[in-house]
Amino acid sequence: MSGLLDVRDLHVTYAGSGGDVPAVRGLDLALDPGDTLGVAGESGSGKSTVALALLRLLPATARVTGHILLEGEDVLGMKWGRLRAVRWVGASVVFQGAMHSLNPVQRIGDQIAEPLILHGTVRPNQVASRVAELLEQVGLPASRSRDHPHQLSGGQRQRVMIAMALACEPRLIIADEATTALDVMIQAQILALLRGLVEETGIGMLMISHDLSVLAATCDRVAVMYAGRIVEEGPARDVVHRPAHPYASALSAAFPKIGDPASRLAPRGLPGDPPDPADPPSGCVFRPRCAVAASVCATVDPPLWPVHPENDGRSDRRAACVHVGPGVAGGAGGAGEISTEETSR
Amino acid sequence: MSAPTGPTDTPTTDDVVRSPRALARARRREALGRFARAYARNRAGMFGLASLLTIGVLALTAPLFIDPAHLTVTGAPGGSLEPPSAEFPLGTDNFGRSVLDLIIWGARVSLTVGLLATFVSVTLGTLAGITAGHFGSSGGLAGRLVSSVIMRVTDWFLVLPTLVLAVALAAVLPRGTGTIILAIGLTVWPPTARLVRAQTLAVEARPFVERARALGGGHAHVMGWHVLPNVMPVVLAQTTLLVATSIIAESTLAFLGMGDPTTISWGGILQAARTSGAISAGIWWYIVPPGLAIAVVALSFTLCGRAFESVMNPRLRGGSG
Amino acid sequence: MTTTPTEADGPTGAGTDDVPAPAAPGTGNRAWRVVTYVCGRLLTAAVSLFAVIVAGFFLFRILPGDPVRAMTEGREVTAEQREELRRQFGLDQPLWRQFLDYAEGLLRFDLGISFQYREPVVDLILERLGPTILLAGTGTVIAALLGLFLGARAGWRPGGRGDRTNTAVALFFWSVPTFWLGLLLIVLLASGRGFMPGLFPTGGMVDPGLSGPLERALSTAQHMVLPVTTMVAVIYAQYLMIMRSSLMDEKGADYLTTARAKGLRDALVRRRHAVPNALLPTVTLIFLNLGQVVSGVILVETVFSWPGLGQLFYSGLQVPDLGLVQGLFVVFAASVILMNLLADLVYPLLDPRVRP
Repeated sequence: MSGLLDVRDLHVTYAGSGGDVPAVRGLDLALDPGDTLGVAGESGSGKSTVALALLRLLPATARVTGHILLEGEDVLGMKWGRLRAVRWVGASVVFQGAMHSLNPVQRIGDQIAEPLILHGTVRPNQVASRVAELLEQVGLPASRSRDHPHQLSGGQRQRVMIAMALACEPRLIIADEATTALDVMIQAQILALLRGLVEETGIGMLMISHDLSVLAATCDRVAVMYAGRIVEEGPARDVVHRPAHPYASALSAAFPKIGDPASRLAPRGLPGDPPDPADPPSGCVFRPRCAVAASVCATVDPPLWPVHPENDGRSDRRAACVHVGPGVAGGAGGAGEISTEETSR
Repeated sequence: MSAPTGPTDTPTTDDVVRSPRALARARRREALGRFARAYARNRAGMFGLASLLTIGVLALTAPLFIDPAHLTVTGAPGGSLEPPSAEFPLGTDNFGRSVLDLIIWGARVSLTVGLLATFVSVTLGTLAGITAGHFGSSGGLAGRLVSSVIMRVTDWFLVLPTLVLAVALAAVLPRGTGTIILAIGLTVWPPTARLVRAQTLAVEARPFVERARALGGGHAHVMGWHVLPNVMPVVLAQTTLLVATSIIAESTLAFLGMGDPTTISWGGILQAARTSGAISAGIWWYIVPPGLAIAVVALSFTLCGRAFESVMNPRLRGGSG
Repeated sequence: MTTTPTEADGPTGAGTDDVPAPAAPGTGNRAWRVVTYVCGRLLTAAVSLFAVIVAGFFLFRILPGDPVRAMTEGREVTAEQREELRRQFGLDQPLWRQFLDYAEGLLRFDLGISFQYREPVVDLILERLGPTILLAGTGTVIAALLGLFLGARAGWRPGGRGDRTNTAVALFFWSVPTFWLGLLLIVLLASGRGFMPGLFPTGGMVDPGLSGPLERALSTAQHMVLPVTTMVAVIYAQYLMIMRSSLMDEKGADYLTTARAKGLRDALVRRRHAVPNALLPTVTLIFLNLGQVVSGVILVETVFSWPGLGQLFYSGLQVPDLGLVQGLFVVFAASVILMNLLADLVYPLLDPRVRP
């Protein structure tokens, strides 16, 4: 049981014309106040769906089941009025590519002020000064509040987005690809800003990115998603530098340094495409692309197992791979006794 | 040869023997079938189609059950402005002619003018649109100039009040059905030109046009063989919508007295009703039916056009698609 | 440090040094760009106006072959009368001379003489401008408000029951000829025959014999009900359809998700975020469709005998009074072009993205 956010057995299914498409398939996440958790994965792994599901922002065609406990209260069971009150106050979102996430015809000051007024965070006569304060907090002069989004650079827009997310002093910030569209230098600045804010205010942050190195630089813990599931979860340093799941190691190898948009769609060295969510392969869903797949992988869909539990009987890392399961020694690639006949096509 | 195999079947000797042209024809036939099935699912579109077929058959077969002599002012069978009765289901006009017969007969002129005016404007619009689109994307300096001049002219026509232009044309040219067709055809083409130009630009960006050009295809070849067939579906939907516009325009011109007074058209009937004082006298059976006829036909064409559009471009269909 | 205007305030994405751009970027250059923009639009409008003038000349002087014959069609006229008319309208001059006279006259707001009224066309037009502006203005404003309001609702839930009803009604009104709807309203609500008492006058603008300004205003308002209703019914449909599709385009926009995440009610997301964005393309299209308003007003005035430009146009057509029709053609076309120019100039004030 975690204090801030506790997601249990989350399933999200999109109703499509050609049948149901599962996007998230049984996801568990936990986050304490003041902690930062990273969620990594390719496009289509379901990580952005998770971000939207946390505040029930998915379109009506998405069916969401499971539990999303935000400070002990189940978001999925909330009435609309309560949900609206929780949005932005309980948790706010820093969206990806701030160009399209800001209303192009509204002044940014008004957009930042909007939740302040809506939720009654400050008295009406203090709204303007609070907006100025927020802008300065993210390193923008207060005078920019009269600008429209297109008058700002990409980095500036992302800062505005962060200022907006901070407006109602939420306990949780969800950063969905917050630095993706930015180039390396700006990315580093924004990451430093986010890290600083978490340290200063003690809020929790859920950071979603395809870029494992960004998460490694920012987060305490990292969860790696593949095809709607978490395949590895643990302290950021360990997951990035000593990945246990073959997919995590491929992802980690794909991002030797911060920000390389070229490798966004398919991590380098990883053949094939992510599975068709409407028709996943049997057994372990990563099997068709896995370099160390064994015959057992075609039948066993491994749950998250503790990694290296034999050291002291407990572990803070878990991975969903038969190679790290009970009775198997060693991490990925150390599975000598299992034949690797079923490799990728 | 055995029964024709669908393109989805695995290649057989039959397929090898068949010429590419036959294959293309089979593929086209299948696409047409798919289109028809998708169209049949559109209820509004089917309603429009059914009502158009009914009206079309009535208009074509009118001489079989209506004696044209009864439609002349002198040979009218009834008394002046008789209310609806068993003999005259929609009453009579001020000359004693059956309003129902007038309307069925009027469909002939209204539909003819609507279709021919549409043909004129669609031809004009398609020519202008393809030329502007083609030379705008791949012409030299002169081509680009031609393209931008065409678009300027199109925009100019687009902005001008259509009715004023059509009325002015009809006023200065000799009276007659041909003038009406020309007046409408020459004024309602700009939207088609814009649409076709946009579609042409989209088609020309596709690889097969690039290939045709690389193989030495001239402007006429590219426009006629590659662009035109791919623009046709859009043009077809637009045509259906334009017929509605043209039929309303025809009735409007006739109502303003621009039509040929000797022919019977729906707008002409309404104009006669107005000048005979039927409006302030409240003779509803003289006024309601012709307008309803125009509205039903225009609506039917519109519904068909929208159904075409939505079948070809599902995004327009709305709903959570 | 010198910056070019594009670097100073264009949406340039992330610069490598991400220094916040100055708050008032490139003021001098901006003024220059505004001037170029305005001049460009003025030039375009001027070319369009010139084209209208040429078209007017071509339509009424060249196309008929012999304008006098067209004018006197169906009437007994002697050869002397023809010659007299020919001289009166300057048709005995060479064509280029005629065009220059005509164009020069236009510059002095001289649109020639009406054959039918024996009065300068300009005087006739000025006399009837007021009623037309009153009718067309009221009708357009109501139609735009109604169409945009209903279109925003229909486009927000496309395929829903409200959308289907709205679209069906709009399509029906769009398919109905303007003049017939007017005639129908007269038969139903003004003729006093049949099912309903004559609630409204069948035509005209004000009852004769009323002296007090209030009485006259009330009478005018009563006379306006049916014509305005007719205009609104026919025009609002296209506004509805434009707004509907424009809003459907915005529906998937990311900033709407942001607005929802902030905790805004659905109606507020629509009103405050989606509609203002959808409104911008709509405004241009509304101005582009002003020609339809002119067409509508001609028919409505004809049907309801409203003493405006449309009715004047109709009366000119019946004679035919080509001088009057030509003058009105130029005025109608020019007013639409000027309104479009206005839209071009006002649009950047509404949409910060296209501000020069």
